[in-house]
Amino acid sequence: MSAAHDHAHDEPTTGPKVLAVADRHPRVRTIQVERPEPEDASFVAATTKGLGITLKHFARNLFLPLKKLTERAKPGAPDEDKWRAEIETVQYPEEKVKYPERFRGLHRLTLRDDGAVRCVACMCCPTVCPAHCITIVPAETDDKGIEKRPAVFEIDELRCVVCGLCVEACPCDAIRMDTGEHAKPVEDRANAIETKESMMARGVRSIATQGGEGPNWRDGKK
Amino acid sequence: MKTVYAILDFPATKWLFLIFVLVMPLASLLTWAERRQSAMMQDRLGPNRANIGPIKLKGILHFVADALKMIFKEDFIPANVHKWLFTLAPLLAIAPVLIAFCIIPFGPTIYPHQYTQVLDVYGLATDPTNVSFADSIRMQMFSVDFGLIFYFAVLTLANYGGTLAGWASYNKWALLGGLRSSSQMMSYEVAMGLALMGAFLVTGSLEPGHIAGHGASSSMSPSNPLNWLWLWQPVGLLLFFTAAIAETKRAPFDIPEGEPEIIGYFVEYSGMRWGIFFLAEFIEIVFISAVVATVFFGGYQVPFLDPDGFRIGGYIDPNGVSTSGHFLLLPHWLVTALQFAAFGIKVILLCAFQLLVRWTLPRFRADQLMNLGWKLLLPLALANIMVTALIMLLFMGGN
Repeated sequence: MSAAHDHAHDEPTTGPKVLAVADRHPRVRTIQVERPEPEDASFVAATTKGLGITLKHFARNLFLPLKKLTERAKPGAPDEDKWRAEIETVQYPEEKVKYPERFRGLHRLTLRDDGAVRCVACMCCPTVCPAHCITIVPAETDDKGIEKRPAVFEIDELRCVVCGLCVEACPCDAIRMDTGEHAKPVEDRANAIETKESMMARGVRSIATQGGEGPNWRDGKK
Repeated sequence: MKTVYAILDFPATKWLFLIFVLVMPLASLLTWAERRQSAMMQDRLGPNRANIGPIKLKGILHFVADALKMIFKEDFIPANVHKWLFTLAPLLAIAPVLIAFCIIPFGPTIYPHQYTQVLDVYGLATDPTNVSFADSIRMQMFSVDFGLIFYFAVLTLANYGGTLAGWASYNKWALLGGLRSSSQMMSYEVAMGLALMGAFLVTGSLEPGHIAGHGASSSMSPSNPLNWLWLWQPVGLLLFFTAAIAETKRAPFDIPEGEPEIIGYFVEYSGMRWGIFFLAEFIEIVFISAVVATVFFGGYQVPFLDPDGFRIGGYIDPNGVSTSGHFLLLPHWLVTALQFAAFGIKVILLCAFQLLVRWTLPRFRADQLMNLGWKLLLPLALANIMVTALIMLLFMGGN
């Protein structure tokens, strides 16, 4: 009992002034501290000041023009911002906040130069996925350089935890989460499953070299 | 035509006019204005979306949406409530406030036969029974000597609404809220009555129509802002306004409601029954504003607008008529219209001020309210009466 208890008996160095301490129980003690009355017990001065602050904000926001979202106050904003309303409300969905570049949104599947899906069904992403939300059914292709492609590539957005590990794991830049879109609201759970087609529809061509750098990558040219 | 004037002068007509033209629209709009105003104070936009097609009106239609929602919501009555009192309580909360409005003078007396001309104020002062002043319409339903006493008596009844709602709800939190409502009433009611006593001493009347129509001193025109009681009774105004905000049970005195802790005496109410409590609160705001405007800010008086037109630098002649000075004569209809508008504007500004107070100050604890009511407001109100009485006796010849 001891260390913690002894420690509790250390006199506080800051805080209100202790008037009396009563130990009625080894673990409970009552400390009577000084509670000074507010300086202005009539509240009048403090009330007036507070009313002034709220009135100032109200008048400013009522009469001064609203800032455009793109011009919203930044630290060190120019002086004319003094004559703008301070309202921070974003009028979603007419206005939208720009997401940071690294925001992880809905998945997309990147495309080859011929428009086919880039994924080679290596199964890295469903393996690493902590939420087990990726379903890939591989199929063979005629292209001997690729060998496999996904016949089915589905992501259950209801299970996805948006961790981004699938993107990290992908060896050929086939899956990305850089769309900046949210998962859409759905009325049926089945509709929350992103299919290969829907993710390819959001897809772009990857700038990574098709099929890797090839056997001569050491030469520094394609 | 005589019948029309008689109908217009019928008390119920005036009351309905006041309630449906000023009070109800204002109280409904206040539900929206409060949310917008508080949002603006907190650097938000507030509700601005409710619309009928492209008509948005900055979100004013939110009160229509709210009303529709509350009307069509399920009217749920929990098991074990005292059904009769549970049903009665919202009505008890709103009825007294609506009744109390009958003492409020919301406009000047209208003389229909002189409507298109400048009012003959000399004739009115010397020969008021003349036929040209017949069929006059007094814009106050209930003009009696005990007007403000009537208001105190009736509005106190509104507290039974809250108390009975808490009692009938079969809910510990509601009961706590109801009890707090009663105990809060104890704390401010005495101080509120006494705060107005100084005004009674100065004007010599308890009749709000008389106070608004005559002002503090008979040597100044009642339309002179210096003759309004805010200058003569500043302490009384401050005390009365504080106590009156406590009467509306809104922050900083929303102890009976206490959202973060007990939710309040109406915790078991839903739909329009709850809506009535809500509306009653806003009607009380309008009423308090109307009383303060009438007693302390000249009621329907427009600054420097006498019954026959604008006048600056005049004096009161022995007939009690404001005369000479620089004046601009106006027809009777324009004067009355301006005075109606002045009353509306005063009430709206005072409502806005109450909203400002409500969104600025944090809630008092129950014991702090008791301290404030009994140890600060009451002694100050008594001192105000003493000082006012002494000044009246020594300098005004006991008027």
